Amino acid sequence: MSHDHDHDHSELSDIELRVRALETLLTDKGYIDPPALDELIETYETRIGPKNGARVVARSWVDPEYRKRLLSDATAAIAEFGFTGRQGEHMVAVENTPETHNMVVCTLCSCYPWTVLGLPPVWYKSAPYRSRAVRDPRGVLAELGIILPEETQIKVWDSTAEVRYLVIPMRPVGTEGWSEDKLAELVVRDSMIGTALALDPAKLETAA
Amino acid sequence: MNGAQDLGGQMGFGPIEIEENEPNFHAEWEERAFALTLAMGMTGSWNIDTSRHARETLHPVDYLSSSYYEIWTKGLEKLLLSTGLVSAEELKVGQALGPAAPVKRIAKAQDVAAILAKGGPADRPETQAARHKVGDKVRTKRMHPEGHTRLPRYARNCIGVIEAVHGVHVFPDSNAAGKGEAPTWLYNVTFKGKDVWGEDSDPTLTLQIDLWEPYLEPA
Repeated sequence: MSHDHDHDHSELSDIELRVRALETLLTDKGYIDPPALDELIETYETRIGPKNGARVVARSWVDPEYRKRLLSDATAAIAEFGFTGRQGEHMVAVENTPETHNMVVCTLCSCYPWTVLGLPPVWYKSAPYRSRAVRDPRGVLAELGIILPEETQIKVWDSTAEVRYLVIPMRPVGTEGWSEDKLAELVVRDSMIGTALALDPAKLETAA
Repeated sequence: MNGAQDLGGQMGFGPIEIEENEPNFHAEWEERAFALTLAMGMTGSWNIDTSRHARETLHPVDYLSSSYYEIWTKGLEKLLLSTGLVSAEELKVGQALGPAAPVKRIAKAQDVAAILAKGGPADRPETQAARHKVGDKVRTKRMHPEGHTRLPRYARNCIGVIEAVHGVHVFPDSNAAGKGEAPTWLYNVTFKGKDVWGEDSDPTLTLQIDLWEPYLEPA
């Protein structure tokens, strides 16, 4: 959260004033209850985020039965963790393999699986990604430092409906015997969008 | 509609800028704009398709030069005006000048968790058989509706194959226009990159797009 600077009222920008006026008006009218707004913000700041998705992916790496359930009915398999609801009502999980790389975009707006990844980052909602992901995904990946083998098939999922896609990244080599919790630390947000790979375990060791 | 939101395949927007350890919100007003939009959605005064349409009908220059939560704020103002929940004068002065209109629900803090956990499923009971099955070849319609649609421009008049049958879902083109949910079959369709972008396409690319039955014809 960015509460790190106090604003003098006179310094407020147009959009700050506009949003503040809107909140005052809607409270005045009785359409909203301000504590509910705080609760909404708190929920996505502290309880719903990519750590949810990382737990799902880590389990799919260690438990073949869970992986099967996740691939056949992701909504139900993800609900086993209690992750349900808004922007995750209809989930589909797609697995990256040496042959196929999956990548998710919403060219028309910003559809994103909130229940497992939280709120989308700015780049995901921005024109550069939304315009290029469908036409030149290999170029996008290269720009982000991911060079795929030439023969790897790339599937780009354009989230046009209320179906939300979760990419299951490949489990990194050298993680045999790792616990589910430790594996989850390798599952970074962007690896579940398909714009990154799961972390190299050597990097986690050095970071720790 | 062929608005600025329909970005797939457009060019010239420059590199993708990923911010390391990006916060959910970059300023307090973004938090409030986000929460206001969700809380007003919970009043049941419009649906998700109407709200998407409110954002995409911003002037293209405005849409492309606004940040994400600026677009949400402007979209919310449009919805409040079009539903009559507030007047233009009230929006201008930032205070209530008349009585509130009735709304279906006013979410309290203690209701938030349950409302979010329930979400808003878009699937509906089947009332007729699906026209297509997995493996069928289909062609997307050549169409340019002025209203809301979820068939992106880049994927119109293209041949693909049914990859999955999701079930019957609310049809956004109708729902956004206030003409009812008109539930219809939703499919995932696979398109080869070359069938969408032409010979220059990456030969390993396929596009997987969720499309409703009214967008598709047998091919």
